[in-house]
This record gives sequence, structure tokens and C-alpha cells, in this order.
Amino acid sequence: MEDSDSVAVARVKAGDGDAYRALVDRHSRSVFRLAYRMTGNEQDAEDVVQETFLRAYKQLHRYEARASFGTWLYRIASNYSLDLVRSRKRHPQTALDESAAGEAGTNRVDAMPSGAPGPDRLLFGDEVQRTVASTLDQLSNQERTAFVLRHFEGQSIEEIGSSLGLSGNATKHSIFRAVQKLRRALEPLVNSAGVS
Amino acid sequence: MMNHPTEEQFVLYYYGEGAGIEDHIGACEQCRASYQALQRVLNSVDSFPVPERAPDYENRVWAAIEGRMGKRSRWLLFGWRRPMFAAAAMALLVIGAFLAGHSWQRPAPRQMAASDSGVRERVLLVAVGDHLERSEMVLVELVNAGAPVAGRLDISYERNTAEDLLESNRLYRQTAATNGDVATAALLEELERVLLEIAHSPSEVSARQLEELHRQIEDRGILFKVKIFGSQVEQSAGNSTTL
Repeated sequence: MEDSDSVAVARVKAGDGDAYRALVDRHSRSVFRLAYRMTGNEQDAEDVVQETFLRAYKQLHRYEARASFGTWLYRIASNYSLDLVRSRKRHPQTALDESAAGEAGTNRVDAMPSGAPGPDRLLFGDEVQRTVASTLDQLSNQERTAFVLRHFEGQSIEEIGSSLGLSGNATKHSIFRAVQKLRRALEPLVNSAGVS
Repeated sequence: MMNHPTEEQFVLYYYGEGAGIEDHIGACEQCRASYQALQRVLNSVDSFPVPERAPDYENRVWAAIEGRMGKRSRWLLFGWRRPMFAAAAMALLVIGAFLAGHSWQRPAPRQMAASDSGVRERVLLVAVGDHLERSEMVLVELVNAGAPVAGRLDISYERNTAEDLLESNRLYRQTAATNGDVATAALLEELERVLLEIAHSPSEVSARQLEELHRQIEDRGILFKVKIFGSQVEQSAGNSTTL
């Protein structure tokens, strides 16, 4: 993947704008997943996907192949996601309200694979999802970004630190704080249901 | 037996970055229970679902951005010709203004005057659109710049570009004001202040200086205004082409 990304990047830099499509094809879903986990909002995540690819295209001359294209792209996506989250916090009227969160939660449950467990289990799953979503929303921007990149994207402490401009220790502490907050919110729920 | 691992070590171990505690977890019932509790919590976080995208999602993303990349691919492809294009546009503007002065002094057939005016307007729109696009790139690059490495960030490229843009910005602003285009003149005046800040910045900035530049750009909402105005100008230029 990284080799083929390098080839596509080289072609774009050489003037073949259509080669950029291969990069969009390869990375748009993963950028959407990252953006959704960072912003918790589908429309925002869509905006992040488009803006990320446009920004990356405009800044391609700055990209150096020392990092993989995907890592570089995720950095742009996470920075832009952070901008959106910050702007949402500055303008609370655009934040997800309770009813929207509830609706989203219902949709998520509806979107679960068929053959899912019974109503009690679904209600429990819904509650866990809501708790995860609201706890993620309460994390600081740095904590949320570091946690999402580590937990969902599997990036190393070093990669995350490089994206966020943090030292290794500061990155670890951001992740620990996020885990502690999630643990405080989720442990009573998870333990009461005996989830393994 | 070693001391009990800390919670931080458990977290690192969960993410495959900690080593040397598996034996302890295996032997110590209390730590095993503690680690399993952490596992349950972090595993439950995975239930946070991401809405599925349509099978043709990639095509939709491409369709949404391709049109907005058109100008940019021209930038990438012909970046080296950009100053020549700007200079040509500037020369056309001056010639246009000269001809406008002459045609104003010397009565001409109405149709010819309308045609001259249309050409001048289009040249100006194309030149301003090009100018706004270059300005937008400088602003976006600064806004999106990562944290300074070793305390400093090299912004000499953005600074030099801002210096180049300042001169043309003044000319376009004066032309817009002369033509009575208040909105364009006002936007260019705001842009000029931000470009001036960037042009007067050192080649390498500290985190605090970078933050100040971000604040200048964000407080004025200039990036958003330039984007919107740029796309309107682009549309108008396209419409005048079809005249």
C-alpha cells in the first residue's frame, strides 16, 4: 500500500492530477472513520474527508516520503477535525443536542448486523455507545485525538506525538487520562452487565 | 516477585507497547482482575460504531472534490508559470486601464465600449481570482502548519509569497475602489492587513508567534471570506467568458 501510495504521489507531483484519484480511493473510508470518531458527527466527518483531500492536494509539495502518505493524511484530517470540534465548542448552538445524539444512537443500533441479540442486549449496547460517545465528547481535544489515534487507528505513541507535536511522555499521559475517564464512565455499566 | 504494575503499564500493555508484565498478570490474581476490568472497558469502546458508507463512496468523494481541484491541478502543473501569468494579467490591466481612459476621452460606438468593458472586467476577475487563490494557499498552509520543531517553524516560503502578493493586492484594491466595487475593495483591504502581518514576520517563528498569526487569520475570518469570495469571482469570470 505504502509503495503504491508513493508511486501515486510521485505521479501527482509530476503533473498527473488524475493519479490523485487512486489515493482518494484507497484512503477515503479510513479518513471518514477517523473523522467520525474525532468529531462524532456524520456531516462534519464528510466535510473533513473532502477538506482533507483538498488540503493534502494543495500541500503535496510539502509532503516528504519520510512518513507514510497515510500518516501524513491522517495528520491533516485530525488537525481539521480538531478545528471543527473547537469551533463547535465555541458555538454551542451547533453542538449535537440530546435528541440528535439519541437519534444517532438509534441509527447506530439499527445499523448493527442482523442476527443481533435481543432487546435487553440492544438497549445495553445502545447505552454503552451513548456513554462512549458522551465521554469522548468530554475529553480535551488532545486527549480525544491521542486516544482515537491509538485505540482505533493503532498508531504508535511516537507517531501520535509527531502528529500532535507532543513528547512521548505527554502523548502517553493524554492517552492515560482519556482511558481513566472512559473507565470511570464505563466500568459500572460494563461490570453490571458482566461483559467479557 | 516484582511490584504490582501501575495502571499506566496496564494501558500500555493492552496496546502492545508495554512488556514484562505478562508473567506478573499470570501469577497475581489481583492484577489479573484489574487488567481484565481494563480490557472489558476498552473492548466495549470498540462498540462505538461508525456509520457505513455506500459502496460507491470513493466515487462520491472524488466527484465532490474533483471540480474544486481543477484550479489546483493547474497550480501544481503550471506553478512555475504563475508569476508570468500574474505579470501578464497585470500588464493587461494596465493596458485595459489605458484603453479605458482613451475610450472614455474619445466617444466610441456603444457596442465597442461594452465589449471593451467586458474584456477588462473579465481580465480583472481572472487576475483577482488568481490572486485570491494564491492568498488562500498561504493562509491555509499557515493555519495547517504543524507545531514548530525544536521550538521554531520555517515560514520563509509563506512570508516571501505574502510579500509578493502584497504589491498586487494593493493594485487590485485600488482598481476595485476606483471602479466603485466596495465589497472587493473591503475584502482586499482586510486581506492586505493579514498579508502585511505575515510579510513582516521572521522567517522562523516560535510557537507563540505562530499562534499569533493563527489568531490574526482566525479572528478576521479572512480565510473563509477569501474562499467564498474566490469562488464567487471564479463563477463570475466563468460567466463572463460565455458572454
